[in-house]
Amino acid sequence: MRLLLHQAGYEWKAFWRNPPAVFFGGIFPLIFFVIFNLLFGNEEIRIPGGVARASTFYVPAIAAMSIVNSCFTGLATGAAISRDRGVLKRVRGTPLPASTYLAARVLVVSLVAVCMVGIVVAAGALFSGVSVPTNTMPAFIVTLVLGAACFASLGLAVAAIGPNADAAPAVINAIVLPLLFISDIFISPGRAPAWLTTVADIFPIRHLSSALQTAFNPFETGLGFEAADLLVLALWGIGGALVAWRYFSWEPRS
Amino acid sequence: MTTSASDAIAVTGLRKTYGTYEAVRGIDLRVARGEVFALLGPNGAGKTTTVEILEGHRERTGGDVSVLGHDPARHERVYQERIGIVLQTTGVDPYLSVGEAVALFGGYYVHPRPVDEVLAVVGLEDQKQTRVRRLSGGQQRRLDVAIGLAGDPELLFLDEPTTGFDPSARRQAWEMIRNLRTLGKTVFLTTHYLDEAEQLADHVAIITAGRIIAEGTPQSLMNVRDVTTIQFWLPADSVALPPGIAARIADGLVTIESGEPTRMLFELTRWSTERGAVLAGLTVMRPSLEDVYLSLVGAAEEHAS
Repeated sequence: MRLLLHQAGYEWKAFWRNPPAVFFGGIFPLIFFVIFNLLFGNEEIRIPGGVARASTFYVPAIAAMSIVNSCFTGLATGAAISRDRGVLKRVRGTPLPASTYLAARVLVVSLVAVCMVGIVVAAGALFSGVSVPTNTMPAFIVTLVLGAACFASLGLAVAAIGPNADAAPAVINAIVLPLLFISDIFISPGRAPAWLTTVADIFPIRHLSSALQTAFNPFETGLGFEAADLLVLALWGIGGALVAWRYFSWEPRS
Repeated sequence: MTTSASDAIAVTGLRKTYGTYEAVRGIDLRVARGEVFALLGPNGAGKTTTVEILEGHRERTGGDVSVLGHDPARHERVYQERIGIVLQTTGVDPYLSVGEAVALFGGYYVHPRPVDEVLAVVGLEDQKQTRVRRLSGGQQRRLDVAIGLAGDPELLFLDEPTTGFDPSARRQAWEMIRNLRTLGKTVFLTTHYLDEAEQLADHVAIITAGRIIAEGTPQSLMNVRDVTTIQFWLPADSVALPPGIAARIADGLVTIESGEPTRMLFELTRWSTERGAVLAGLTVMRPSLEDVYLSLVGAAEEHAS
């Protein structure tokens, strides 16, 4: 535990000093949040239980994007860069357990994602009058944590089987960007043809965004847990962890 | 080969194959505690493979390895507590400062060496607040060594510590490695620079094509090839040397290699005195480790082909 916090503290410090990492792995979703709110924020959209301003949709949507962006894209590229710089190999030759090192990396990207979600929620409440639900807050937090765990384990899996640090950002964005478009992140649900939604439902991003929508819906009267979505996230997370466990390598690849 | 408690490293019959390629073909090594040992060889000879097996980064194909009484292949934390590793690649987060990087790595160990002490050993005291990415190549390499020392190890592995250095950076690195010896550390060094081995090492093993072809103190290796080289400029009015002297003459520079330098010098000085000539620029050179190395590596390559 002491080692985990020791490692995570330095990783946290190094992250915020690294402008490309902060931009692409951190604040990138905030830019989308601002743009979409300026463009569509005042439109009225139909959500389960009633009609709301589009900003109410964009807060959980961009929260989902923040998780994917930091825990998946940020972690996968960061791990590939660290590996190819020889950082991983070097750590492997010290008494620091490999699991502690990876846990610290996961902790840092998760905290970054949580900061972004906090900013999005606060900005939505302050500037767009988006109400922050209280009865579903436990569900919102549980979904965020499960989502972070799921996408972090997928991030490590992609780093394990994926390309070297030069190719990693391109490959990872080629996976993530189309999925974001079909997973109700940028565009509110109900506009895509059914088959496209079916495709999106194979992958975990849409399950995260739907679960967060329910857990942030002001008309929701229950606790707001979407059990089926959470189950899919858990399964993807376990799959990712198995691939990462089996194939993760510490040797530079380029 | 018998091992004793005074051995830091004992290796017997070490082999490593990659597919059908034999990188290391059965080598024996013994490194005493507190000495600087150099594994010397050309690129691709098997140096890095050997050192990475000793560090625990690679699995061996065969043979026995004992480092500080541990088998490195078992990845024991107690073993990693006692060694320091300096790889060929840097491997430090470029956004940390020098002091932070040393403190980060020191934190992995039970008994780290204080950061300021480590920085003093490698001569980076003034760069403590500097970000790693702003260091020069030589400074980065010294930071690598600092990180290897952060856990106050008994044994330090240095894989080609000065490759790519300019001459002054190399001298500083040598000074630093001499500092390590005074701290009582055992140092296992790989290098393809002969002068480096000659300057730093108590013992040298020469490896080529996966085999050790010679080992001993630098002095004893130089004695293997007991030939002295004599050079001087051919006197202007001479067309030939005295009969019975085998020499190479290139652009007026005479080079004579002799196993009996005393008799040879007597012959030459008598010849020049009789003619009233001067042996301009006369030098007499003992063999350097370089000569020994080149003749050994050359012979091994001929043998292999």
